Amino acid sequence: MTLDRGLVGRSYPPSAVHEVGRVVLAEFAAAVGVTDPVHLDPEVARAAGHPDVIAPPTYAVVVSLGAANVVLDDPDVSLDYSRVVHGEQRFAHHRPIRAGDRLVATTSIEAVRSVGGNDLLTTRVELTTEDGEAVCTATTMLVARGADGGAA
Amino acid sequence: MSRPEIAVGTELPDRTFPVTRADLVRYAGASKDFNPIHWSDRVATAVGLPGVIAHGMLTMALAARAVTEWTGDPAALVEYQVRFGRPVVVPDDDAGAEVVVRGRVASVGDDGRARIDLTVTSSGEKVLSLARAVVRIP
Repeated sequence: MTLDRGLVGRSYPPSAVHEVGRVVLAEFAAAVGVTDPVHLDPEVARAAGHPDVIAPPTYAVVVSLGAANVVLDDPDVSLDYSRVVHGEQRFAHHRPIRAGDRLVATTSIEAVRSVGGNDLLTTRVELTTEDGEAVCTATTMLVARGADGGAA
Repeated sequence: MSRPEIAVGTELPDRTFPVTRADLVRYAGASKDFNPIHWSDRVATAVGLPGVIAHGMLTMALAARAVTEWTGDPAALVEYQVRFGRPVVVPDDDAGAEVVVRGRVASVGDDGRARIDLTVTSSGEKVLSLARAVVRIP
């Protein structure tokens, strides 16, 4: 199954607001083993110049991958979901995500390629605050392995 | 914490991160990624994997720690990218797997940013490629 190159540039409506709370950030910090109190203690975060505790850098994927499901749900995107693996991930942080943020994700399709029987789909998610402040650009390449078992 | 010297060629301290099945369960909950290949050997082997594998994003997060815990400022990591190569297979025992992260400052720009190239392995095999972090130098 080959993806239609005409999908490149397609963008989707902004997501619902994703509220970021201190508890989920502390849980994420624990799950990746970070102990820096700037993720856990609002006083320490403020002393470091942040309005509240900040997220570890890869937390952005929790918001962006959730939002990017809008692409996999698009009936024009014929990816065999059971064969999809994460190929590449990139973040450009405009500022740290922090507790209290109300984030909106806007997803678009950046690239579509076919390599060695595998379909490669690159999505870009712009995370902004509700007020439009740029927070993070998250770029994800998904690989749908071909039915012939091509390497991924 | 004292700030490290950041110059081209500076090597980061090698880091080794153990990853157990319990870590995968905790990461699944925190990230909301409940794909069964990260907790069910039955499902993992049915799709052709050797067994349960770590979330790629957990490996990416551990590699980021090698950078942020070296610079001492998680907010200074402004760009970060990886390509997921081989999976990290996590056996169902107390030791689990190990993710080993090495890093080296590849360039220091006039814009107050430095690029760090990371080498990330497990069981001697490279699991991430093109793993690069850009940090703002204080």
